[in-house]
Formats: sequence, C-alpha cells, structure tokens
Amino acid sequence: MTYTQKRVIANSIVMALSTLSALIGIGFLLWILSILIINGVDALSMTIFLEEGAPPGNESGGLKHALIGQLMLVGYASAFGVPLGIMAGTYLSEYGLKSKLSETIRDISDIMMSAPSIVIGAFVYAIVVAPSGQFSGWAGSIALMIIMLPIILRTTDDMLQLVPSTLREAAFALGTPKYKVITQVVYRGAKAGILTGVMLGVARVAGETAPLLFTSFNDNFLNTDMSQPMASLTVTMYNYATSPYEDWQKLGWAAAFILSMFILTLNILGRLFLLKRKGK
Amino acid sequence: MSSIIDKIFANATKFIAIGVLLLVAWIFSVLFEHSLKSIEAFGFSFLTETKWAPNLEKFGALPAIYGSVVSTFLAMILAVPIAIGIAIFLSEIAHAKIKTPVGVSIELLAAIPSVVYGMWGLFYFVPIIRDMFGGIGISMLTAGIVLSIMILPFMAAVTRDAMNTTPDILKESAYALGGTKWDVIKDIIIPYAKAGIIGSFILALGRAIGETMAVTFVMGNVHKISTDLTQPATSIPVTLANEFAEADSELYFSSLFELSLLLLVISFTIISIAKFYFLRRKRTGQ
Repeated sequence: MTYTQKRVIANSIVMALSTLSALIGIGFLLWILSILIINGVDALSMTIFLEEGAPPGNESGGLKHALIGQLMLVGYASAFGVPLGIMAGTYLSEYGLKSKLSETIRDISDIMMSAPSIVIGAFVYAIVVAPSGQFSGWAGSIALMIIMLPIILRTTDDMLQLVPSTLREAAFALGTPKYKVITQVVYRGAKAGILTGVMLGVARVAGETAPLLFTSFNDNFLNTDMSQPMASLTVTMYNYATSPYEDWQKLGWAAAFILSMFILTLNILGRLFLLKRKGK
Repeated sequence: MSSIIDKIFANATKFIAIGVLLLVAWIFSVLFEHSLKSIEAFGFSFLTETKWAPNLEKFGALPAIYGSVVSTFLAMILAVPIAIGIAIFLSEIAHAKIKTPVGVSIELLAAIPSVVYGMWGLFYFVPIIRDMFGGIGISMLTAGIVLSIMILPFMAAVTRDAMNTTPDILKESAYALGGTKWDVIKDIIIPYAKAGIIGSFILALGRAIGETMAVTFVMGNVHKISTDLTQPATSIPVTLANEFAEADSELYFSSLFELSLLLLVISFTIISIAKFYFLRRKRTGQ
C-alpha cells in the first residue's frame, strides 16, 4: 500500500468516525428535545395556566402559582441585576478600560459565570435565610441576581467597547459632559448588544434550579408575598418529577416545556437582534 | 451642575464595579466563616473520612468527593470524543447549508436548563440502565452519562469555536500541498488551536463538576464509596441539593457549608486554569 493510499484510508476512517459521533451526539440531543415537546404538548391545557397546585390524584392542579412565582423571582432579580450589571460594565468600558482594577473585575466575572450556582444558594442561605429565619422569595431573587450580574456586566463591557471611539470624540468635541456622552451616545450605539446581553442573562437565570432549592424553597399554592417561600417553575418541576404521582409528573413536563420554550425564545430573539445589528 | 452629575455617575459606576469584586470576596468569607465549626470539629479528616452520618454528628466528605470526581471523569471520557467529532464535523466536514442550522441548534441546546436533562435522565435513561445492568438504575454510571450529555452541547460549541480560530490561509496552504482533511486537522488545526481546545475541555470540566440538577435526579444521594458504577452514589452538589433544606444541627449545616466552600474552591481553580493558562490568547484578541 502506498503512502498516499494509507493517508486516504486514514482520512476516510476519521471522517466516518467524526460524522458518526456527530450523529450520535445530535441524535441524543434530538431525543431529549422530542421527549420534551411530546410530553410537554401532551400535558398542556388551559387549567395549567388557571389553577394552582392541588393534591395529587384528582387531575385538577395547575401551574399558576409556579408561573407567577417564577415571573416574580426572575423579575425582581432582573430589576436589580440588570441596572447594576450595566452600570458596572459601563465603568469597565468607559472609565477603567485597561486598568488593573478593570482587568481583575473582568477575570473574576468570567470565572463567576461558570461557578457552581448551588454555592450561590448556600451563600444566600447564610446571609438572608438564616438571619431572617425563613425561606423567602427575596432570598431566591438575590441568588438569581448574583448569578446574573457577571453575565450582564461582561456583555455590556464587550458591547460598549464595540462602539467606535470617533462617536465619543465627536460628542466630546461639542462640549458634552461624559455622563451624557455615555448615556445618550454610547448606550444608543450599543443598544441592540446590551439588549441581547440582558436577554441571555435573563434566560440563563430563568433556568436555574439549584440556587432556589434552599432560598425561595417552594410553595404548592399561589403566593405573591416576597417575604414568604415562593414557588418557581424549576423547583416545582423538580418536586413534581420526583414525586410518585402521575398527574404531578405530567405537570412537571408541562413546566419543563413552558420554561424551555421561554428560554429558547429569549435566546433566538437575542441572536436575531445581534444579526440585525451586524447587518446594518 | 453637569460636572457634579458627571462625578456622581463616574463614582457610582466605579462603586458598583468594585462591589462585584467585593461580593465574590464576601461569598468566600461567608462560606468559610460558616464552615469553621466543621473545620474545628473534623479538621483535615473531613476530607478523608468515609462516614457521613447526620444522626451521629459524624461528617466525612470523601464519598461526595469521590462521587464528584468519578461522575465528572465518566462524563468527560464520554463527552470529549463526541465533542471533538461534532467540532470536526461542524468545522471541516459539513456543507455550509447544514453547518449553520446544526451549529445553532447545538448552541441552543446548551441553553436548555439542566433540570430538564435531569428529568429526561430520570424518566427515560434510568430504565435503560436498569434493564442493561440490573440494580435500580439510579447510579454513578447514569449520573456520568446524563452529565456527559448535558455538557456535550457546550463543549462541542466551544471546541468548534477554538478550531475555527485557525486562519483559513494555513488550511488552504496545506490543502494545496495535497493534504487530506485528516492531515489538515491533525497537522494544522489541532497544533494551532491546541491551547484553545484543551482550555474548552477544562472549562467544560469546571462546569460539570459543579452541575447539580442534571445529576441530582439520577444519582441517589447514598454516602458510600463503591467501585461498582451501577450502585447509587452521591457527589458534592447532590449532597447539598438533597440535604441543605433538611439539615437540623449546627454541625450538620457547618459541614454542608464546608462542602460548598470545597466545591467553590475546586471549580474556581479549574476554571481559572482554563481561562488564564489556556484561553489567554482569545481574551486579548477581544
């Protein structure tokens, strides 16, 4: 066998193996996705949106409590996390830029983005739940906010740096104070990018379960008081899926479907915004 | 007037940015402070003791550490070859028409919450393991496999990105010399993108070791070290997820906090190695 033949054969083998492993990987992922859709669509009905949790067995339960709880937890986390993240990102890009402090904050944020979220739950338990003596919606929101902060911070930082400095210089040349340059010129230029970052950040924390297990805990009924334990889609999903009752498991799949669709939509919208921006 | 607002704005952003840094320091110090009781009571033997018995106030973390290491290791040896395959497929083999949709769907799958992977594992994968290997199906092996599938999209996407950093001109030169695709991959892409590829794997490892929900459903939370992979086991995050809300004594809490601190230190170290040692070039390119 000639050297060329050997190389050609080796090439075919590797190409076949790569394609095969790609097919295996993609097959598994399609399997999960199809199960999610089949079980989710099957479990969807109007009662899910209209009814609160019910005792297992009578098929009358819904997810209203978890949907509202989830919206409140993620909503409050975003209400504080988004502005704080954008402010901190603004400092990095507009004031600190290449300073030692900025680089350190960037590095630490990068690490925190991949750090285990359950540890954040433990931290919030220690500073909020233990002193107040009870699980609460606030504790859950704080945990989500801490997870969201580095994501928003880093995307804001990146997106602001993409704004051409000529825009800033033009505004400065007109005698505009720096805060006005930032809020009226730089932010405007990076609007789509920041919005994408916010969407991805919200999508990321919306799927978090681990940090909520012992902060917001759970509640099988509707509660809108943030100082009390609060239901979330993710923890409800976990509790219902691990219960032995079939109608609860079904609700678990419905919750998984609704949440995944919400997160996928945010991700797709975020990408479209970025594409549109690049297209300009 | 506007110069006052300017100062306020500048200092407010700086204050918040430094706040992020302080927050991370605060997390470490709070976890450490709450671990003190357990550190005083068990010292170094916390890490080597195999007995975890809340009713006897005896806490040894070795089974959880062992479970974390073994399940993550299993997940890595299963996911790495497949992730490389997908990355090669996406960067070199696939036609442009399939490249984008497959690439984007893999990235989107990385966004699906891990609790969904865990749920799938519990309902669809546990029975398969039970039929194939006996036992109850809830085991170290199941956890490793579900974890590997959960990190696969992330790993494949970052590996592909690392491979795509190879300049086209290098690849084209090799093709012009008569190189096959495999020649180009092994002699051009892998040497060029080596640091990035290894960095991606280590980053995925850092995520896998702290992953909670994908494994909590299928691991069983049994504090026993067993070399039989089809037996239920536990890991650090699984222990935390199962026991934190139920802990009833100060020492119990303190031991769980020490586990959290341990997990944070381990993943912080792994992720730092990936970021600073292997992925440095990528960052400065930004």
